Amino acid sequence: MKVLVPVKRVPDTAGEKKIDPNDRTVDRESVESVLCPVNEFAIEEAMRLKEQQDAEVTVLLVGPESAQPVVRKALSYGLDAGVQVVDDAVVGSDALGTAEVLAKALAAEEFDLVIFGNQSTDARTCLVPAAVAEILGLPALTYARHLEIDGDQITVHREHEEGWDVVESSLPAVVSVVEAINEPRYPSFKGIMAAKSKPLEVRSLDDLDVDTSRVGSDNAAAIMYEFRDRPPKEPGTIVEDDGSGAAATQLADWLVEKKFV
Amino acid sequence: MAGIVELTAEQESFRRVVAEFADEVIAPQAAEFNAAGRFPVEIIRQMGEMGLFGIPFPAEYGGVDGDYLSFCLALEEIGRVDQSVGITLEAGVGLGAAPIAEFGSREQKQRWLPELLRGERLAGFGLTEPAGGTDLASATTTRAVRDGDEWVIDGGKQFITNAGTELTSLVTVTARTGPDEITAIVVPAGAEGFTVAPPYRKVGWHASDTRELTFDGVRVPVANTLGDEGAGLRQFLKILDDGRIAISALAVGMIQGCVEECVRYAGEREAFGRPIGGHQAVAFKIADMQVAAETARQYYRYACARKLAGLPYKRQAAIAKLYSTEQAVTAARQATQVFGGMGFMTETRVGRFYQDAKILEIGEGTSEVQRMIIARDLGL
Repeated sequence: MKVLVPVKRVPDTAGEKKIDPNDRTVDRESVESVLCPVNEFAIEEAMRLKEQQDAEVTVLLVGPESAQPVVRKALSYGLDAGVQVVDDAVVGSDALGTAEVLAKALAAEEFDLVIFGNQSTDARTCLVPAAVAEILGLPALTYARHLEIDGDQITVHREHEEGWDVVESSLPAVVSVVEAINEPRYPSFKGIMAAKSKPLEVRSLDDLDVDTSRVGSDNAAAIMYEFRDRPPKEPGTIVEDDGSGAAATQLADWLVEKKFV
Repeated sequence: MAGIVELTAEQESFRRVVAEFADEVIAPQAAEFNAAGRFPVEIIRQMGEMGLFGIPFPAEYGGVDGDYLSFCLALEEIGRVDQSVGITLEAGVGLGAAPIAEFGSREQKQRWLPELLRGERLAGFGLTEPAGGTDLASATTTRAVRDGDEWVIDGGKQFITNAGTELTSLVTVTARTGPDEITAIVVPAGAEGFTVAPPYRKVGWHASDTRELTFDGVRVPVANTLGDEGAGLRQFLKILDDGRIAISALAVGMIQGCVEECVRYAGEREAFGRPIGGHQAVAFKIADMQVAAETARQYYRYACARKLAGLPYKRQAAIAKLYSTEQAVTAARQATQVFGGMGFMTETRVGRFYQDAKILEIGEGTSEVQRMIIARDLGL
């Protein structure tokens, strides 16, 4: 079985991010770039398929040459090979433009299964996995919190607010996983040292026959008109306990009002 | 060669992964397993899966073909959050597996190393006795006498790390096999007549396993002899030189941990109308700790680079150990002072460092022994 795991380079989730007022994108200089933490769950799931079913796993990244350490980081978990799409024309693409490039890059490979993280920690649109499946004409099994492969059948537990649905399809298919699916391992020393010698192919949009009128900032359907700083944190509500039990009622009412229960 | 050692991209990636593991997995549990005096076996197993116990050993025997500096980086990052787990790794590799890897026959390595290097099993190094440690030639009273193709071992060892954990599979014992002859012999855990006492009540390193061992007519095959008969003294000197670099890395981790904790606390805690970090009395203490961390780090890495380049490094290893451990004791004392009353609580990392620091000046050669080595090297 061949598995592809698309990953993304994102600004460090814990870091303080700044928007560049000129081009309205994240100022990459202001914060360290890392492998998107949600991708670690997709990689772990792929590693389990590699260990249990001898799957061959390739990581795919769209991003500039400077993002190569992120591909190596993904490889350090034990994946077999990498593909990186490097092309200046991609810069500023929105979710659809990115999906266009990813779909072409995936179509150029042989695969039975594509495993995405359900969202990236920077944009959080959750659009890309389904858009890629749509472009490729493949079943999309999104928000998977459990995944099983039996022959050429895939079954996932699709997470939603009230629990999960059991969704089945045939392979090839595109899945996106949520963080509840597993507990990612840490890369081993061996994996880290081996990552530098794993095969890594670099492709341009031309190689992939991508229609450049559909990618890049000029062709993005999503446009950012304005951005503001995060509003200051509002003071919390203090519930005083006067011993009468009224505080408990107040607390319960507050939880209901905020829809926590 | 250059004095400043730069890490390769892979070493830096590895250091970051271990740092993440230390912060995410070890640090949140450290107060609890130290308070309970519990050996954190699950953490040790996970470190085994990450390959940490196999770093400086060949893949042929289950190692991962790594370099000694990478091993030291792991010690530094783990020592930054918890010294008990740090010393368990240091002793597991440097004292447990290294003697077998360095001096064992091919057959012995195939037999014992794979489990040790995967971190599934641990080995101890039984050297110190009630009469002494580094002065091996006169302190060793444990005897091994030949009886056919077996050794019969009688005597006792003390302060032996990793000797009584649920993972311990063997202990390498130095024993007197002639009037002027010390030999290293592998004794499997559970051998008849081999008794492991309950854990010591220690000042620090509460979650690391330290035991007193008794040998009462313990019989092991002569085939368990490590290297040549009578080579024990020379072997042990080599093992300790390497161990000094490793202990230095552990001490650097502690100093850096003191800096981290103090910077955080001095930014949050207020006194006299401002965060205490705004008072020079506090800020300068922390600045001094950072000076110690950076200088000690560069020096142990220099000693390590000399070892890897095949240059003599005995003096450099002694300087690294002496300097970094004395600085660690100072840093832990000052960090505790920065924390005030909270620093005296073992629930704080700096409080535990205060307990853990002292042993760094003692284990694997006291500060006095390091000064002796340096003085001898100067021709004194």
